Amino acid sequence: MSQKITSYPGHEITPEDVKEGKYLDVVYKFEPKYSWAAGVAISRFLAELKEGRIIARKCMNCERILVPPRMYCEQCFRPTDEWVHIKDTGTINTYSISHVGTDARRLKTPILVAVVDLDGATPGMGILHNLGEVEPSKIEVGMKVRAVWKSSSERQGAITDIRYFKPIGEE
Amino acid sequence: MLESPKELSFEATRMALDSAGLELKDIQSVVSGSAPDAFDGMHMKGEYLLDGMGGIGKPNQRVYVGGGTGVFTPIGGWWNVASGMYDTCLCVAEEKMSPLHPHPQYAFWSIFDQILERPLGTTLLWIFSLEMRRYMHKYGITEEEIASVAVKNKGNAVDHPCAQLGAKITVDDVMNSEPICWPVKRLDVSPPSDGAAAVVLASEKVAKKLTDQPVWLDGVGWTLDTTHWTNRDLAYPEYVEKAAWMAYKMAGIKKPRKEIDIAEVYDPFDYKELHHMEGLQLAGKGEAPKMAVDGVTQRDGDLPVCPSGGLLGVGNPIAAAGMMKICEVFWQLRGEAGKRQVKKDARTGLAQAWGDLMQVGTVAVMRS
Amino acid sequence: MTPGLSTRELMFEAASRAYEDAGIDPRKDVQSFICCTEDFWEGISITDEYMPDQLGAVLKPLCTISSDGVVGLATACMHIMSGIADVAVVESHSKISDVLNPDEISSFALDPIYDHHVNADPRFVAGLEMARYLKETATKRDYCAQVAVKNKKNALLNPRGVHGANLDKDAVLNSKVAASPLTELESSKTIDGSIVFVLASAQKAKKLGNHTVWINGIGWSSDTPWIEDRDMAKAAYAEQSAARAYKMASVRNPATNFDLAEVDDTYSYKELQSLEALKLAAKGKAGKMIESGTFDRDGRLPVNASGGSLGVGHLLEATGLHKMLEAVLQLRGQAGRLQIPGAKKAVVQSWRGIPTATGAVAVLGN
Repeated sequence: MSQKITSYPGHEITPEDVKEGKYLDVVYKFEPKYSWAAGVAISRFLAELKEGRIIARKCMNCERILVPPRMYCEQCFRPTDEWVHIKDTGTINTYSISHVGTDARRLKTPILVAVVDLDGATPGMGILHNLGEVEPSKIEVGMKVRAVWKSSSERQGAITDIRYFKPIGEE
Repeated sequence: MLESPKELSFEATRMALDSAGLELKDIQSVVSGSAPDAFDGMHMKGEYLLDGMGGIGKPNQRVYVGGGTGVFTPIGGWWNVASGMYDTCLCVAEEKMSPLHPHPQYAFWSIFDQILERPLGTTLLWIFSLEMRRYMHKYGITEEEIASVAVKNKGNAVDHPCAQLGAKITVDDVMNSEPICWPVKRLDVSPPSDGAAAVVLASEKVAKKLTDQPVWLDGVGWTLDTTHWTNRDLAYPEYVEKAAWMAYKMAGIKKPRKEIDIAEVYDPFDYKELHHMEGLQLAGKGEAPKMAVDGVTQRDGDLPVCPSGGLLGVGNPIAAAGMMKICEVFWQLRGEAGKRQVKKDARTGLAQAWGDLMQVGTVAVMRS
Repeated sequence: MTPGLSTRELMFEAASRAYEDAGIDPRKDVQSFICCTEDFWEGISITDEYMPDQLGAVLKPLCTISSDGVVGLATACMHIMSGIADVAVVESHSKISDVLNPDEISSFALDPIYDHHVNADPRFVAGLEMARYLKETATKRDYCAQVAVKNKKNALLNPRGVHGANLDKDAVLNSKVAASPLTELESSKTIDGSIVFVLASAQKAKKLGNHTVWINGIGWSSDTPWIEDRDMAKAAYAEQSAARAYKMASVRNPATNFDLAEVDDTYSYKELQSLEALKLAAKGKAGKMIESGTFDRDGRLPVNASGGSLGVGHLLEATGLHKMLEAVLQLRGQAGRLQIPGAKKAVVQSWRGIPTATGAVAVLGN
């Protein structure tokens, strides 16, 4: 704020004030509903997840193997060329221990989340997923992990068909 | 705040017009900036806000690049004037996060991929904590070094009249604050806030008539990186570097570290200030923490960073936060920042904002 | 509808075609990308996150302008005029098939305190405006129906004419009421689509192609967001935008200047109201001119020869770009069966839809 301005407008209020009804408010709920078309690439990705496999796409021009798969290579700006199955193991690129949920409420059990660089894809191609069966204090960047899948009858063709990734370590 | 989004916009707009000595009729076009519609609780938020921003009967553009919007709004104003289409342009950024219940944080859930990410229970904090972890790992940076930024900024904010979280704290306070999404702790992060800020841009000939202390927008730059943020090495913000060079090239800057006197760098989290400093070429890769710990970025240092107190100290009304930084550089370059005025003689300043899924860099170079 | 393709895949297709047509490589030749989207139509907050890859814009300047596609074009013009870009790309799309309750979203744009409580089809805003327009301008109700008849008939020859039909006035007037006095057949239906435009500076355009169409003037404006405060009889935003675009293009007599016009016809009465705002018809006279065939495809000034939004479909923020596309094809001589012979000058006008009072106008020439 400029030193030339000695006072500025604005009335600060607190959420408690609002809850107590000190100020008039209008409350409404907004419920937009969507059914997003997954498209060619992700539809196949999800179908493969249902089969317990991870699939990627290859661009013959830059030779990158891309996951999540996409029908166009964003670097070369051309359609990608073929489907490639990759492994369900990988390396932790980075991770975090989350104590809050989507709406900022405190969680009883923290969620472990990581970016896992998958084996078989171009190095550095990671996906976001959860970690499990691991002591939070023992997680490290560079740790080798493997996907833990839901049983085939439970799988639906969703990213959650993989329950989480767990360390390969002591197997 | 009690004010409605329109009222917030009006207050900032009125103050900007007053400081320029102009009336609404002197303004030829309006650029507005406001981040996710979800916060204010409306669809087509730009349309709703435009009367509070003085836009009735005028050409309006609402620009939107996530968190980068705050610095991008005056860039929008820049192209309105630099194209020769308009001589004056009012740029207003507004954000009212409080209407969203149960917590403004919730709106951020919808920035993630609907199919591949949201089902995992994502929250915005995740991408920051993942990036912080990667940055620390790659360059061997400690949480304490990062915490020194929070200490600096919250301390700086004590001198800002609008500050939400200005306070004199210590590195220990930060280290002991509750972990939210480790390694991010409560005092590492900026709060959701309500706010609005505005600037008036004018062509050279009009500016010279209005004031004998104009601040020039000499360089603008912006860049957007790939949607697939998990395919990138998060340790370095390449998008900030590209945006910075676009602005530096325009402003004729070849050695940013030497030529930039003061920088308002986007700091929604303390480590972000360091991360962005490196992207902005103000520090080598992995070297920003040392500059922070050595006091180079303090108000009396060689390269003051966030003398205003930044988002960590003043507050983070997403779009308005970036604009607040533009305003701070403006006041610093004119010597009007009062208790926050940096010691050195500042002639060239920089404001930068970040946005999206670790994708957007928006940079503005200003000179007095 | 395009359920087989995701939004991004749809955009990739449109972008690839546009770049091929312009003869450019987005990774090398483009300095600015502009997208016109609104979060809630996509179901994503901060839509620009999902834009760069499929447009070839990774690590390049890309931004979102939350407005109609023609305002996006104006932005591209400003980028080129300011020297920051030589070639700029503008994209907008509609993926309405992804949205399950569009009325809920449209209603969400109403003022939360004063208007949102009205528990009705959000088109009530159009109904209110139509009633006022008809009264103030003494326009006959039939004339509005005639707009729907004309445009839907025109669309039958348009390969993109999803909602083309051969109807008579009575069929239109007797169709189900949308928001009285507006009927369903007078209210355009939303479809999917993605449109990409490539703009270039004069110098660059000369090197690139032999199909160049020039934007000679462009203007955009907003009237008050308060529905209750507006003079609903006229489209003030269109008048203001047109005045700016005409000035820039040095158009002195709009009524006789153009070979064709693609104007807003989101709702039937809107075409009449917009024609009057653009000074292509005197106030209150547009209806009569439609009736007498002035604006037919073979009339003195073909209006929405493409079929417009009523005949082809509404594309949310991409509607303005759709109208531009139809006009550009005409000026290039590439409009096929729709071709208006010797088309040289066109005017295009768009509106953002209810409950806004924002729109834009562009003047084109070849």
